[in-house]
This record gives sequence, structure tokens and C-alpha cells, in this order.
Amino acid sequence: MTRKQRRLYFVLLGMVTLGAAVALVLTAISDSLVYFYSPTDIVSQRIPEGRRMRIGGLVEEGSVKKDGKAVTFKITDITNAVPVAYAGILPDLFREGQGVVVEGRIEKDGLFHASEVLAKHDENYMPKEVAEALKKSGQWNDGKQAK
Amino acid sequence: MHRFANPARFLRLAKVILPYSSGIAVLSLGFGLWFALAASPADYQQGDSVRIMYVHVPSAWMGMFCYVAMAAFSAMALIWKHPLADLLAKATAPVGAAFTFLCLVTGSLWGKPMWGTWWAWDARLTSMLILLFLYLGYMALINAFDDPERGHKAAAILALVGAVNVPVIKWSVDWWNTLHQPASVVKMGGPAIDPSMLLPLLLMALGFKAYWVCILLLRGRAEIAAQKIRVIRMAQIHAASRGE
Repeated sequence: MTRKQRRLYFVLLGMVTLGAAVALVLTAISDSLVYFYSPTDIVSQRIPEGRRMRIGGLVEEGSVKKDGKAVTFKITDITNAVPVAYAGILPDLFREGQGVVVEGRIEKDGLFHASEVLAKHDENYMPKEVAEALKKSGQWNDGKQAK
Repeated sequence: MHRFANPARFLRLAKVILPYSSGIAVLSLGFGLWFALAASPADYQQGDSVRIMYVHVPSAWMGMFCYVAMAAFSAMALIWKHPLADLLAKATAPVGAAFTFLCLVTGSLWGKPMWGTWWAWDARLTSMLILLFLYLGYMALINAFDDPERGHKAAAILALVGAVNVPVIKWSVDWWNTLHQPASVVKMGGPAIDPSMLLPLLLMALGFKAYWVCILLLRGRAEIAAQKIRVIRMAQIHAASRGE
């Protein structure tokens, strides 16, 4: 084996070992790398009252009620929904059927009191006319995702 | 590969390529910007804010592309001891750092109106920030030694170690819940982006790549010249000390 080959194998081996180590670490701490939980996680894991967290999902159709600055709505992943209360300015993209991430805590009244509402947008980009044409022809899938 | 490792051949090749790469850069950035800012339609949801994408996304690609290039040059330098590979890796680093920074800034400006926040510590944004720090660390390390040989070697190892971050950036949006949306262009099942908006995006990406080629050739040339000057100075000092 020449010195060049030895260096090549040494670098390759190093990269593979490092890659494996990083993969293991990332898998191990995967839970804390998640930016938000889904409503199903919240319902199934029975997260205690008062713990600060983020929930991500879609704003349920027909659930938004506005009263001055106070808003209540339900955040859903189709399977489960969590009721949310928020007082403040909503982002431009906030609307029913749209993905959002809310940050706050579940209080004693069973509502999730959000201190911050962030809008999520999906990976689809198209001009208005195309969106309307798709809706008209029935090929529109709403861009809805449980995430 | 060894044919291109020769500095004299690199200089000849640079002379031939440079007019083409600068021509491509000017043309595709010109047309790309015109399409991006004026001729392409507004998005059905985001309106005109979507135009930030035409700078943001190609910058992000460049940030990752330059890092892969830098790591590849570093590997060549470590394994085959190519005299040019170190210089090219060094020449790529500031370009990658600048585009990564541009990506973070435009992303922040885009995030405020769309998401409602300048910054979120989600996996995509955080791994991109780490990429910027890797570039800064590389540039600091390569200049931290009096002996350029040693600086190159240490920085090359850092570049290779940091390369594990690149796949993490790319797939962070698929592996974990993130505020950042998933990939639109490079994904299974083709792009989720209308052709009228994909065209300016790809033009901008091509323009940025051509710009990188120009900078690589120019900076490569400058590095070779700097090395020659260093060798001449050393010889002079040597001659002077022997003449005593």
C-alpha cells in the first residue's frame, strides 16, 4: 500500500466513523431537535399543565372566533385537535386551513394559551391564476399536511 | 486530476475559462434578476414577498455547494498533496461564507412577514447557522499559523469534519418538525414550484455558480502569485545570509 492510498483510506475511514457518530447522536437527541409537537402528541402523551411548548398543525376550518384582539381557534392534525386562545397580532398568512405553529402552555381551563403564533407555509409556489385554475378543475389538494 | 494540479496549467486554463464564466454570470444574473423582480408572477399566497426566494434559495444552495467544493479540495490536498487544492479550498471559503450569510439575512427578512418571526431555533435554521460558523472557523484557522503548510493542513481537517453538517442541512426539514417548509425543487416527484417561478430561480442559481467560478479563478491566480512572491523572498533572504 502506497502512502497516498493509506492517506485515502484513513480519510475515508475517518469520515465514515464521524458520520456514524453524528447519526447516532442526532437519533438519540431527536426529540429535542423537533421544533414543535403535533396535537396527537399532546393528546396521547398527556403533557402536564403549565409546561411551555410549541404545537404545530392546521387551523381547523370554521373554528376561528375573533373578539377584538382576542382570538380562539382549534389547531388540528386531522386526527386530533387542541383548542387555542391568543391575544395579539396574527401573521399575514394566518387563515383557516393554513399551517401554524403556536407557542405557549396549557392552562387550567384546558385551553392552550399561546403567547406567539407563527404561520408555516408549504413548499408549493404558483401564481394566483394557476391556483385558481387548479381549484376549478378539482385537482387542488389544498396543500394540506398534518405536519 | 493530476493534470490540473499543475499551477502553470491552471493559469493557462483560467485565462481561457474566465471570459466565458464572467459572461455567463453577467447574462444569467441580469436575466434572472429581471425575471425575478419584474417578469415573474406573484405567489398565490405570499404575494410579492415570494421574490425574496430568488435570492434566498440560490444563496442557500451556494452555501452548501461551496462547502462541498471546499471539503473536496481539502480531501485532495490531504490525500494527494496537490499543490493547488489547498489554494482553491482557501479561495472558496469566503464565497461560501458570504452566500451563507446572504441566505440567513434574506431568510430572516422573509421570515418576518410570512412566519411572523425573524428567527426560530428550528433544525434547518440552526444547521445553516452552524455552516456559517464552520466557514468562519475555517478562515480563522487557515490564517492562524505562521507556516502556511500547517495552517492549510489544520483547516483542511476542519473542512472535512464539518462536511457532516451538509446532509443534516439538506434533510433537516424531513427528519424533524421544522418551521421551515420542506424542499420545493430538489425532491422526489419533481419540483412543487410553477415553471414561471422555477425559471428565474434556476437562472439565479446558474449566475451564482458562474460567479463562484470567476472568483475561484481570480483568487486562485492571486494565491499562486502570493506563493511565488513568498518563495522569491525566501530565496533572497537565503542568498543575503549566505553572502555575509
